Amino acid sequence: MDFDNSKPIYLQIVDFFYENILSKRWPEEERIPSVREIAVMVEVNPNTAIRAFNHLQELGVIYNKRGIGYFVSENGYNTVLSIKKTEFKEEILPDIFKKMGLLEIKFEEVKDAFNQYLNNKDNEEK
Amino acid sequence: MIHFKNIRFYYPKGKTILDDISLDFVPGNIYGVFGKNGEGKSTLMKIVAGLLFPKSGKYHVMGEAMSRNTVKYLQHMFIVPEDFELPGIKISSYEHINSPFYPEFSREQFYELLKEFKLSPDEKISTLSFGQKKKVLIAFGVATNTKLLLMDEPTNGLDIPSKSQFRKIMASVVDQGKCVVISTHQIRDLHSLINHIVILDQSKVAFDQPLSTISECLWFGKTRRDSNESIIYSEASFGGKTILSRQDKDETEVDLELLFNAVLNEPVRISNAIKNTHHDSAV
Repeated sequence: MDFDNSKPIYLQIVDFFYENILSKRWPEEERIPSVREIAVMVEVNPNTAIRAFNHLQELGVIYNKRGIGYFVSENGYNTVLSIKKTEFKEEILPDIFKKMGLLEIKFEEVKDAFNQYLNNKDNEEK
Repeated sequence: MIHFKNIRFYYPKGKTILDDISLDFVPGNIYGVFGKNGEGKSTLMKIVAGLLFPKSGKYHVMGEAMSRNTVKYLQHMFIVPEDFELPGIKISSYEHINSPFYPEFSREQFYELLKEFKLSPDEKISTLSFGQKKKVLIAFGVATNTKLLLMDEPTNGLDIPSKSQFRKIMASVVDQGKCVVISTHQIRDLHSLINHIVILDQSKVAFDQPLSTISECLWFGKTRRDSNESIIYSEASFGGKTILSRQDKDETEVDLELLFNAVLNEPVRISNAIKNTHHDSAV
């Protein structure tokens, strides 16, 4: 895993979990890799991996079964979805709006680009 | 596990290398010891390993004073030095001769690690390259399962894939009972592993903090020009990397290179910023 300089590594590991849950590679109620396995996989200090696990547990995305390991929560998928949606609205969108202002891009232009993207995608699927 | 109090060291007729060093190394952590060339990192490692003895000060290992007679602790520690000589024998013979000194040595683990490093037990050590020899020592050191593992510039001489392997191995071996101390200049190779930073400068300990405290107190990143926050340290490189007091800003990843330069240039401001935040949160 290549780390982004500014975001704390434990949050980058959290993002890695989110990706796996949203793509359903890690389904709800299924066991996920252990702290040690994650630490080895992403080459970090196990203490950093533990921080990511604790964070996700506090958010209710994963839970711990004593002596067995960590599992994705029953509502894990929806929890992650709403966390990521909020992040998109509160962090990514304002950034895009700011750039639009700077580059004098009108909302209609973005809308057109979006429709074109949908068209292309439809054609590819056909 | 390791307790240094007011340690002083100099080589015969030489200047003082370590002056009034007080440090604690506690199990469950990977310590990173940094410092410019010739600031005593390797000397410090050798003292911890019992290869050199301090001229004054106290050195306690696992609760007892270290002296020339406390040989029994040597079975609980292993050092991978920066320079070393290994005998011209087969790797398996090296293991056979040296492993009995370490009660927790795992042969299975050693040969597994050799395989990971693409080395065969039948190879003669004298025919190996420097990097391969280093891998033999790293594999042996990890397999000793000593409570204390010291490594002086472990990634020097390792090729690119082996550096990643090395990180994976280290991530897998650390547990609550083990203490790892790594001295290095290769901050980028190891920054994701280290969770406690020690910086030596001008023969003294210039900085000694866990990463969790650093990221709690300091903020690393680019600041806007119009920001009126007081800058603790900044570099005029492209984009202007800066250290600020974190206050209620989002946590950022600690930029170890920037921190290192800041500690050497602005030691007082850095330590004040950490002291102040820590004091506030304690109240």
